[in-house]
Amino acid sequence: MNIFLSLIAVLVLILIAWVGAGAANLQFIFGMIMPIIGLMLFLGGIVYRVIKWARAPVPFHIPTSCGQQKSLTWMQSSKLDNPSSSLGVIGRMLLEVLFFRSLFRNTKMELKNGPKLVYGSAKYLWLGALAFHWSFLIIVIRHFRFFTEPIPFFVNFMSSLDGFFQIGVPVLYLTDALIVGGLTYLFFRRVVIPQLRYISLFSDYFILFNILAIVITGILMRYFTKVDLILVKQLTLGFFSFNPVIPEGIGSIFYIHLFLVSALLTYFPASKLVHMAGVFLSPTRNLANNSRMKRHINPWNYPVKVHTYEEYEDEFRDLMKGAGLPLEKE
Amino acid sequence: MSERFDKKPDELVQIDHKPPRKSWMDPKVEFRRGFFNYSANPKSVEYLGLPYARKWQPTDADWKLPPNWKEIILDGLRERIHRFRSLQLFMDICVRCGACADKCHYFIGSGDPKNMPVMRAELLRSVYRKEYTAAGKIMGEMAGARELTVDVLKEWFYYFFQCTECRRCSVFCPYGIDTAEITMVGRELLNLVGCDIDWITTPAANCFRTGNHLGIQPHGFKDSVEFAIDDLESIIGIKTAPSINRKGAEILFVVPSADYFGDPHYFGFLGYMALFHEIGLDYTFSSFASEGGNFGLFHSHEMMKRLNSKIYMEAKRLKVKWIIGAECGHMWRVLHQYMDTMNGPADFLEEPVSPITGTKFENAKTTKMVHIAEFTADLIKNGKLKFDPTRNDAYKVTFHDSCNPARAMGLLEEPRYVLKNVCNYFYEMPENTIKEQTFCCGSGSGLGTDENLEMRLRGGFPRGNAVKFVKDKYGVNMLCCVCAIDKATLPAVVDYWAGDVGVCALHELVGNALIMKGEKERDTDLRGEPLIGKEGGK
Amino acid sequence: MLNDLLTKKKNAILKRWFQSIIDTYHPDAANFLTKQKDRFANPVGYTLTAETENIFNALIAGDFTEPTVSSLENIIRIRSVQEFSPSQAVSFAFFLKKAIREELKPELKDVKMLEELTNFETTIDRLALIAFDIYSACREKLYDIKVKEIKSRSYKIMERTNIFIGNTEQEENNDNS
Repeated sequence: MNIFLSLIAVLVLILIAWVGAGAANLQFIFGMIMPIIGLMLFLGGIVYRVIKWARAPVPFHIPTSCGQQKSLTWMQSSKLDNPSSSLGVIGRMLLEVLFFRSLFRNTKMELKNGPKLVYGSAKYLWLGALAFHWSFLIIVIRHFRFFTEPIPFFVNFMSSLDGFFQIGVPVLYLTDALIVGGLTYLFFRRVVIPQLRYISLFSDYFILFNILAIVITGILMRYFTKVDLILVKQLTLGFFSFNPVIPEGIGSIFYIHLFLVSALLTYFPASKLVHMAGVFLSPTRNLANNSRMKRHINPWNYPVKVHTYEEYEDEFRDLMKGAGLPLEKE
Repeated sequence: MSERFDKKPDELVQIDHKPPRKSWMDPKVEFRRGFFNYSANPKSVEYLGLPYARKWQPTDADWKLPPNWKEIILDGLRERIHRFRSLQLFMDICVRCGACADKCHYFIGSGDPKNMPVMRAELLRSVYRKEYTAAGKIMGEMAGARELTVDVLKEWFYYFFQCTECRRCSVFCPYGIDTAEITMVGRELLNLVGCDIDWITTPAANCFRTGNHLGIQPHGFKDSVEFAIDDLESIIGIKTAPSINRKGAEILFVVPSADYFGDPHYFGFLGYMALFHEIGLDYTFSSFASEGGNFGLFHSHEMMKRLNSKIYMEAKRLKVKWIIGAECGHMWRVLHQYMDTMNGPADFLEEPVSPITGTKFENAKTTKMVHIAEFTADLIKNGKLKFDPTRNDAYKVTFHDSCNPARAMGLLEEPRYVLKNVCNYFYEMPENTIKEQTFCCGSGSGLGTDENLEMRLRGGFPRGNAVKFVKDKYGVNMLCCVCAIDKATLPAVVDYWAGDVGVCALHELVGNALIMKGEKERDTDLRGEPLIGKEGGK
Repeated sequence: MLNDLLTKKKNAILKRWFQSIIDTYHPDAANFLTKQKDRFANPVGYTLTAETENIFNALIAGDFTEPTVSSLENIIRIRSVQEFSPSQAVSFAFFLKKAIREELKPELKDVKMLEELTNFETTIDRLALIAFDIYSACREKLYDIKVKEIKSRSYKIMERTNIFIGNTEQEENNDNS
């Protein structure tokens, strides 16, 4: 049910852009206003989120330790999985953010029932997630050639690396294939694995469909219904130089693509996608396991009602005396 | 019972039913005997000054909640969102990837989908969305938002007291989302309307008043130690002389209270005393801080602080230099990650230095509390102890990493180093069941009650199963661990799932193997069981 | 003759049997129990797969002895701490009948075969009866454990206050003998 609703929702978005920018001739709205709103909400929203999280204190020092602690000097400690220094924490975070260390964790298996690949799905999740996220990042970077003049060297470098295999004309970008593969996998596992189907919400599917639709329209523009890139660049450069131009004759598919991106940007900060920023703030990962070496301060550490030794001795003085235990007051 | 016989014959034979496929949004739970804990005794609730003490049970239809219960909970949630970045972040960033789903011992043992860590969090998250997020307010169920109702509250009670806060899920989560954080807040919220379980509140009240969870009074504590002195003397032939509440001792030694009256904890207690006697340690017990295990951790951050305060207060009063903490999992969660923050700074203590080896415990520089496994490992490394590991030859030992020392500290190799020195037969359980991936005993965080036995055994199944594996493969007959709850509840787990495997403290094995100056020839181990080769008799 | 057939169709029958047992769980749980093959990550599913096969082999071989009982025990030990009524907990033995009848539907038109099967089913009934014994034993074990646990929780206190009077007397008697 959620799957169909979210599919319909994405189709409605496509329809709006198609009708709006095509039939109703509202290119200015779909080519300028919407992306501006999207971008502003995205940037503003992310900043708002991060500030909101950052303003909530981390009262206790609660890293999850995934290896040997640093204790006795002669005992080998696990510097990345249980870091005791800031450098170690940076290493741990890099492994987490760049290579999804935790998802990779299900590695070793000794005994299997039958010759089947054990824990396969967990490993696939790691692979699928890597394929998707890295492709997404590279594609975003590649897109900088539409926004910048001259095109920075790393963008060109990234693009040529991505098209390394020189398949087809125009050259097939590896990431285009990977991201479609990754997204398809992430979608199917939600549908096929009942546990995941059970926990998946409308928004989980919606986000996948939205991104998939962005990718597909992008691929269509590049490889099939070619869009005039010179015109596109005119538009985007105008956009970023605050000098809006809407060139005539860019196909509606471009506006659909752009509108879907605007939609994604708009709800990004209000959705689970904020994990992009949130992962850096996770207190179980970004703290060094050094809570006995360095005192952690809780800003709201209010006084509580305690039971003092004096109260205790007052209550049990006779019994303590009888038992010969030392007393403060005889 | 009777309703089952009211059924028509064809309904009765229809036992292979599939439960109807429901959305998780439906909060109805059924409280069945053996799968939940009894409510807190109102006397204990009152003693601790907690709100809404009353008589009620989870099986009652009416939980006698205060009229404005909903307001209380929502206010409490709002306050905690501002206080805990962990909570706010974990509410916002879960992508429901499902990596945690099959990592929870309760889910593995029961298959109940709401025992998947992601779902347990979603129970709270759905209410958070409804109240505090734009998407939840506008889109409602489509955005996974849910109204807070009495049924939702009951569901919280059911599932937040079905989480042992073991943190195994957080090891596998790509964002480190820790269900323990969510469960802890969930329980705090339930406490606000007086919905707590007795095995947390009553021990907490006892600890608050007498210093230990069974409510043993100071003279009783002294008796316990004296009995231990006698018991130990009859085995090793040496009269040890630990002191209690002695001012000016170098070290305060804090144990979980089960160590001096529980079986098999007690034999580890004898082990500590033998060890400290052998090295001539200048230490004292405290009757006031006679419980390291912190039942407050299972209740609320505030209760944790209230109970934990005794340790530093007592260290200060007795003017000791530093503190050693005995084997206990949840105790060490608090000591390692909370104590200094909550009740520090411990500027009246000195940086811990082993008086025997001169080793500076740099890792405990500010908290000034050292784990006994760290302390003993250092003694062994420096050649200060002599062992006869053959005295443990009756035991083929495996080691159970307790959740908190493993995942909230990283105490993995110290106990193993000690074990390898004191016994000849040591075998590891499979890799994905030990160290940071260790499986919980199923009874942590205050769930170790007899009324909850079926649930606990279910939760202990993954652990029991791994024990059975090493039992069948290597003939393992002893499960060593460094946690008081493990020692109290794993005997049931291994008895039920593996059979004929004992449970012991690390320092029981140390005490067995330790060669002491002036000891008599030992015929038995600390349990009074004849040593191998000495079965013949006296 | 029936035995040959059962051996031939073993995998199909086992699959049906396993599936019908799994169906007694929540659908989401059922999927996890079926799919996760690692014996430590999914001990319930593993036990069910391995032990149903052992039991089935024993039934075909007509070799219903101690190992078979312990296979049965391994399954029931799990089911007696899951939220099943006693009848639900042991019902899985009967599911084997259904699995066989469904799988051998065409062959069972043969009267002789049907007769053989009826005999075979008597063994399954026996299996079910033993299962019930085991279930009761497991539940008794639970109560034992409860008592033991309560005792050991305050082991030293009880010993000191002589709550174990009964035990002490017994021990003395043992010493005397």
